[in-house]
Amino acid sequence: MGQVMIAFLVGGAICVIGQVLLDFVKLTPAHVMSILVASGAILDGLGLYDPLIDFAGAGATVPITSFGHALYHGAWQEAERDGLIGLITGIFEVPSAGISAAIVFSFFASLIFRPKG
Amino acid sequence: MASSVNTRKQNRLAKAQKEYSERAAKYKPKPPYLTNIVKAFLVGGAICAFGQLVSDFYIRVFGFTKETAGNPTVATLIFLAVLFTGLGIYDKLGQFAGAGSAVPVTGFANSMSSAAIEHRAEGLVLGVGGNMFKLAGGVIVYGVVAALVVSLIKWIIIKV
Repeated sequence: MGQVMIAFLVGGAICVIGQVLLDFVKLTPAHVMSILVASGAILDGLGLYDPLIDFAGAGATVPITSFGHALYHGAWQEAERDGLIGLITGIFEVPSAGISAAIVFSFFASLIFRPKG
Repeated sequence: MASSVNTRKQNRLAKAQKEYSERAAKYKPKPPYLTNIVKAFLVGGAICAFGQLVSDFYIRVFGFTKETAGNPTVATLIFLAVLFTGLGIYDKLGQFAGAGSAVPVTGFANSMSSAAIEHRAEGLVLGVGGNMFKLAGGVIVYGVVAALVVSLIKWIIIKV
């Protein structure tokens, strides 16, 4: 139960950062998401994102920042193993589940559902 | 001569516009900053807490480890987000929660599925295929560019 509470607090805090960028810096949601993804990749490169996941669990893996972390992780893992070419072969390895699921589900949703409102 | 008359006219216009926008700004409602932040915190936190429950479920019932449970958890959240987008529920949540529903990975799925559903009428290839990444494209592009640049820099520092 404690882990769920920590996930709630940390995940909520990351969303607050997003809301501050929306309201105070007046960015569009697409800008905010792009910035958060890039921040996730940079934080992971500095070795800061993995400790956050250890601590917060889903509080760090569910926000979009973890997408940047996953992209960087795949690229770096394969680069260490296969050399420079690994950067481009490995980049989608870890976030593949998320991207593939989002594409396939969205495609079938467009066949089933009609626009609302 | 004519040009100086023009610039004077423009200056006067610009001054009037400035005065107008200053006066209008007084009556423009300010976004309820604190309320928005609280809403984003509660909804975003709740989505992450739910993700933690889903992840715990996969670990306990299907024997995933803490690391491997990430993929099925994200896929489950994305499935639910697409379903609720199709039913029109996620967009209502988005109006209430702002960044609270946009920042979690469910918001990424919502941006893709809502674009796909919205543009279905323009055809399967040009409508659905061409517009699915209209909003989510930025996330992919800047995520990939940032990840590549960072790992390239690290590679150069460590290996060269």
